[in-house]
Amino acid sequence: MDLLGSGIFKGMAVTLKNFAMTYFDRGRKERLPTVQYPEAGDTVTLFTRNFPFLIYDGEEEVDGMRCVACQICERECPPACIYIVKEKDENGKFVKRPKVFDIDVSVCMGCQICVEVCPFDAIVMDSEFEYSKEDRFGDLLFNRDELLKSNDYYHKIHPEEAQARDANLAAKKAADEAKKKAREEKAAAAAAAKAAAEKEASEKKDSPEASEPVAEEPKAEPAAPSENHAKAESEAKEKPAAEETPVEEPAAATDETEDAKEESSGGSEGKETSEEPEETAGSGEDDEKKAEEGEGVS
Amino acid sequence: MPVSDETPVDLAPVLESFPSLEVEKGTGALITQPALVLEVVQFLRDDPRYRLDYLSNVTGIDYLATVRKEKRVNEEGKTEIVKIDEPPRMDVVYHFYSMSEKRGLVTLKQRITDRDRPVATSLMPLFRSAEFQEREVYDLFGIDFQGHLDLRRLLMWEEFEDFPMRRDYVEPDDYEYEPTPHGEVLEKAKTHAGLGEGGSEE
Amino acid sequence: MTMESSVVAGSEPTVEPRGFELIEREGLETNLLEVSMGPHHPSTHGVFRMDVKLDGETVTELRPVFGYLHRNHEKLAEDMGYLGSMPFTDRLDYFCSMTNNWAYALAGEKMIDLEVPERAEYVRVIMAELTRLVNHIMLVGFFVNDLGALGTPLLYALREREKILDLFEWASGARMMCNYMRFGGLRNDLPEGWLTKCREVVDAFPYFLDEYEKLLVENEIILVRTQNVGVLKPELAINAGITGPMLRASGVNYDLRKVDAYGVYDRFPFRVPMGEVGDCYDRFMVRILEMRESIKILRQAMDELPEGPIMGEAPRVFKPPAGEIYGRIEGPKGELGFYLVSDGTAKPYRYRVRPPSLVNLTVLEDLCLGHKVADAVVILGSVDIVLGEVDR
Ligand code: SF4
Ligand code: SF4
Repeated sequence: MDLLGSGIFKGMAVTLKNFAMTYFDRGRKERLPTVQYPEAGDTVTLFTRNFPFLIYDGEEEVDGMRCVACQICERECPPACIYIVKEKDENGKFVKRPKVFDIDVSVCMGCQICVEVCPFDAIVMDSEFEYSKEDRFGDLLFNRDELLKSNDYYHKIHPEEAQARDANLAAKKAADEAKKKAREEKAAAAAAAKAAAEKEASEKKDSPEASEPVAEEPKAEPAAPSENHAKAESEAKEKPAAEETPVEEPAAATDETEDAKEESSGGSEGKETSEEPEETAGSGEDDEKKAEEGEGVS
Repeated sequence: MPVSDETPVDLAPVLESFPSLEVEKGTGALITQPALVLEVVQFLRDDPRYRLDYLSNVTGIDYLATVRKEKRVNEEGKTEIVKIDEPPRMDVVYHFYSMSEKRGLVTLKQRITDRDRPVATSLMPLFRSAEFQEREVYDLFGIDFQGHLDLRRLLMWEEFEDFPMRRDYVEPDDYEYEPTPHGEVLEKAKTHAGLGEGGSEE
Repeated sequence: MTMESSVVAGSEPTVEPRGFELIEREGLETNLLEVSMGPHHPSTHGVFRMDVKLDGETVTELRPVFGYLHRNHEKLAEDMGYLGSMPFTDRLDYFCSMTNNWAYALAGEKMIDLEVPERAEYVRVIMAELTRLVNHIMLVGFFVNDLGALGTPLLYALREREKILDLFEWASGARMMCNYMRFGGLRNDLPEGWLTKCREVVDAFPYFLDEYEKLLVENEIILVRTQNVGVLKPELAINAGITGPMLRASGVNYDLRKVDAYGVYDRFPFRVPMGEVGDCYDRFMVRILEMRESIKILRQAMDELPEGPIMGEAPRVFKPPAGEIYGRIEGPKGELGFYLVSDGTAKPYRYRVRPPSLVNLTVLEDLCLGHKVADAVVILGSVDIVLGEVDR
């Protein structure tokens, strides 16, 4: 600072340079990064998130809906802007599908928590940002049909994420199917074993000396003891569901998923990962049930 | 632990000087009566073994009366579940560090047993940083700080009467007129629209 | 520094004007003028009010009034799960959502002893330092704006901030409300090509800083307006709990990145800039120097960024055992702390944010007394507040 005012002139030179360079720097966007909004394409990036929407698979909007109205997102949404009513069929039985699924986008803050907590990959973030509506209360309350968008659309806006999700779902489904198959096989095997055992038992009753083969039975059986245990569990799980009245059933099912969630969180951290597959399996079962019921309704 | 804190502080000297201090189980916090707190804090601040010259955080906690269940081993060697009545109380929590000696953390709690009329001792004569934070505790918990020189509401407006951070605070009915998808708020909004009290839009 | 002096320094609140006599002139009756600056005053950086009593132009009393943006964030957080508060922490200090996320995530991780993977720690450092750049560049822009250089320097600052916000958007999906960190790591990994772009931005930043310094640092008007204005003594600064650049401008070496060495900060050599006088100019310069150090950290973090997972073994539902924790980080504005008390359920029993902006305002009156009302604006600008955090 030798001459008073020289600092100011230096500053002025910078301003002048910046001003002049806006005319020459356009390509590099170093000094003129302004985006000419409506003309200059979209600014959507990989993870752009705005408001959530519901995915449906295939062509049919409502039937292909992935959401099973488990209401986890409703509970977890921090500003509580999701509102869900489950659908009932004509018998008053709950169908695993939301009848009302409202998101108040004037309240929604686009935080993506609902996407993260949804166990069915049913709700994801949109990148659409040009919502201008005339009515604050009516138009900004998006209902189920407005929220439903196809999986293809999702692939278009977030290709990588969508692929990952699809792969995840496919893996889940494959695992479920394998499980189901295994279960069926086990059930069949168990039935056979039971029948055999009964037969043996009756035989045993008849002839006391035939007790030896019974003791050998488990060894001959391909199913390991642990599998037997699992079978017993799965049977136990299926039984109450079958016994319950139709109205209560879905509620009980959601409770089950919740319980599974709570349990997995309540356990010690070390166990967490090992419990994970079980939980997905649990929700997978729900999925299956839902699919079966859905077919029954439609 | 992903976090390496500063040198932990040995609480023995202060416990020696103030035998009535307790150390809370589980958290390691010092618990004092409001009457004693100024002396304790002065000791913590000026004693060369502590030099806790930086009061970082001041806040309150409200505990309602609860019944706590605890497993105990009785005389016969059996574990049984004992129900313990926890009286209501309020805590004012202070977090101290030492900037000059890079030490921390000492948590100090003023325990107030009279929850209906909570009175605490202000640390403002010793620490300026308590000024706004204690005002905030007063504002949100309704704890009266004796010795605070400028005890006014900080965040709520002056005419506001309740203390919103208390656990038993009930939100007045006339907030949130705006319709949201939630049934109960919508119902509320309807009743208010009928009464013509005006909404928050006005 | 002696303890005795720290007790006395300005510990009485000012009900009466301190040390300022009304100037009695013959035949003239003078009176103190009460002015309410704000809540919609452009210099108050949001909805904040200063009730000042003026003797002519001189400030004789100043009372900050808060709460216009109060939404009881803490009460809201006690009503929802731990994860649900994460997006709300973005809205505390809305310039620095990344560091807010980090502070909250760190408190949560301390609570359940969660290990954060290496890569996540590095990405956190990168994000935090970018945030520091954003915050400081904005502060400098607004500060100069408050001095009367309307527009130009601020717009240059905004232009640079824009580039960093683009990076944030690319990585997290949102420009300001990033909601990027989770207990145990990050929500998603960095997209492909992000690092290259980030390097470009960081490499270009020093040139901008050079230019900016040329524009401002030697400017005589700035020197005259800021030097020896609003001097904060280190004793008072410590006693009043001032943290961050404002504390360091007063010459106290206390940077939590060094002291706590949270995350992986102990791996980066960087210097802590400090002021000597503690006036507005020091506070302004400390920020500029801190930006240069941040760039150093950024370069190194980007070079060393390891591959690997970005999420530790976090439980699906965050449910810490009963207990309490105080976790703090060096936010761009000062010590940002989260005090969490858990009763063993999935909701925090007590959730408290230690807002650096609010505590830093404690000394506002002490700094402003005796200065002109125009200086009060400058001093407030140099304190660096964001009302989202002050009022919570
Ligand atoms: S969490 Fe998913 S499946 Fe459950 S209600 Fe929400 S969107 Fe539907
Ligand atoms: S994005 Fe966030 S605020 Fe919006 S609906 Fe989902 S959870 Fe709720």
